[in-house]
Amino acid sequence: MTDISLSPAHGPSRNWGKIALRWLLFTLLGIFALFYLMPLFVMVTTSLKSLEEIRTGSLVAFPREVTFEAWRTAWSGACTGIQCEGLRPYFWNSVILAIPAVAISTILGAINGYVIAQWKFKGANLIFSLMLFGCFIPFQVVLLPMARMLGMMGIAGTIPGLIFVHVIYGIGFTTLFFRNYYVSIPQELVKAAKVDGAGFFRIFWSIFLPLSLPIIVVTVIWQFTQIWNDFLFGVSFSQAGTQPVTVALNNIVNSTTGVKEYNVDMAAAIIAALPTLLVYVVAGKYFIRGLTAGSVKG
Amino acid sequence: MAPILDIKNLYKNYGSVEILKDINVTIEPGDFLVLVGPSGCGKSTLLNCIAGLEPITDGTVAIGGRDMTHVSPKDRDIAMVFQSYALYPTMSVAKNITFGMKVRGVDAATQEQKLQEVAQQLQIEPLLQRRPGQLSGGQRQRVAMGRALVRDPKLFLFDEPLSNLDAKLRVEMRTEIKKLHQNLNATMVYVTHDQIEAMTLATKIVVLKGGVVQQIGSPAEIYNRPANLFVADFMGSPAMNLIPARAKANGKGTQIEIERAGAAPLVLTDTHAKNLPEDVILGLRPEDIAEAGFRAGEDVQEADCMVEMVEPAGADTYVVSHLGGKQVTARLHAETSAKSGESLSLAFDLSKVSYFAPESGERLN
Repeated sequence: MTDISLSPAHGPSRNWGKIALRWLLFTLLGIFALFYLMPLFVMVTTSLKSLEEIRTGSLVAFPREVTFEAWRTAWSGACTGIQCEGLRPYFWNSVILAIPAVAISTILGAINGYVIAQWKFKGANLIFSLMLFGCFIPFQVVLLPMARMLGMMGIAGTIPGLIFVHVIYGIGFTTLFFRNYYVSIPQELVKAAKVDGAGFFRIFWSIFLPLSLPIIVVTVIWQFTQIWNDFLFGVSFSQAGTQPVTVALNNIVNSTTGVKEYNVDMAAAIIAALPTLLVYVVAGKYFIRGLTAGSVKG
Repeated sequence: MAPILDIKNLYKNYGSVEILKDINVTIEPGDFLVLVGPSGCGKSTLLNCIAGLEPITDGTVAIGGRDMTHVSPKDRDIAMVFQSYALYPTMSVAKNITFGMKVRGVDAATQEQKLQEVAQQLQIEPLLQRRPGQLSGGQRQRVAMGRALVRDPKLFLFDEPLSNLDAKLRVEMRTEIKKLHQNLNATMVYVTHDQIEAMTLATKIVVLKGGVVQQIGSPAEIYNRPANLFVADFMGSPAMNLIPARAKANGKGTQIEIERAGAAPLVLTDTHAKNLPEDVILGLRPEDIAEAGFRAGEDVQEADCMVEMVEPAGADTYVVSHLGGKQVTARLHAETSAKSGESLSLAFDLSKVSYFAPESGERLN
């Protein structure tokens, strides 16, 4: 009773407190956001300046004269060691490496997850644990054995070899994602489909795959980011001509002699990062939804 | 005619745990068999074994006279309705119903025709283009039934299909399932933990406990002549009164003596019972204990009892008393004058009495 009679008097002051808190929160978040956006700002502005301007001007200043010369050089003219073709060939290397690697590892992960979650067999949990364990093996540990194996398979230094490495390394994660998604789907769905006469792949294709869009998006984003941004496998298992964009970026930045072309370096770095950025912008909404999506209600 | 379903010596183990032990069940065409028991008794497992969704450890399952023990579910000529309905979430109602036919390669015209038939029968025509997520519980239930009906199988299997519905809808759908059974003259196996559902729907009931069949019989047999204490206690609501008593043979039959706290023992004479051991448990349903003067018959005997509680339930009034150290419930007519704390003359109808052995729990008469 006292609460009810007191609340009108308390109302306005409580409201002010709420608004103040809200402002504090937004200010704080704004500062954090600026802090994180600062490097990007510096990168973009630097990449649009001429070398002359970089030397004379301030790091955080807007460009006096916008020029895309640095971008052009980074894309098609910068030197990676002896060759001076820019990032372009390596960018395409990364594309034809990342797309099949993402697709294959996602499909395999989906089927693995479906089996482990819905077609329980003896040892299913053990296999799942082992796959999970695979997620936590550091990249460095597998370098030598993997190099030996790629050599034995005759795909060392090739793009298919790199695809193979990324698929193997990705299966642990993709299986984990799909298994956790499918495990929340009632087992009766499979039973009903079995009684209806559908087999293993029919059930997967007609019933489970149509349910899986959110988790497919999550997996694709995750795998694409991993594979596109990978440097260690790229630098270890490629040779001249098959190097991914990350390795080429490193070569551009580290192999220049004389004057450091900061604007070209920045433009190259942005180009190399652009695809992952794009994937997040396009599918980020699903990413959050997929991570939080739990049960599927029939 | 061969029985539709013939289960012989079925065993089911998970590892070293025995889930089902030596199950033998036969049903004839048109039967409505209900598997009933408390949760964890193995009734759903048994249904899954019949469907072929769970492999069995030992024994045989024959459907329609053919041995189906090692046949996959799709070839058993069955249809199944699940507790969660298990509708395919991304398909429309129509696609849900026709999915089985599509998988089997039935031509589109036949699919459409059967779909319309079933939709009409279940009155779900306006829902055909909707997704399961847009339906209410009762509508989903109907769609799940439609998916089963469209197959026109030898045997329908229902796994607690009403347990997700609210009380009112449950009663409605219960009637509807019964109607469906009569109209189609279909053979059905139905799993439930609700003994009222079992009583109202079944032509034959199997009571399970701990993976062992306790009794198989018609609802009347199960209700009137429970095979043991478990069945007596499980079936019927309120439960059968189970009163410890002492039996003594005398000239006219058997004299039954029931201890009462703070009063002389209650003595009844059963003229039919013979060869009872000294210690027995007497079972009498609440409706077989009436107010004196409201029940007549040569086996009706009256005695004064102390009323502890009066519970009006609308159509009837339940009166609770204490006999042999147990609570005893009598079902009286609504206008009874019984008052708690007062003595009331009750009529015990011994023609309906059951006797059980206290140790084994088995029926004695």
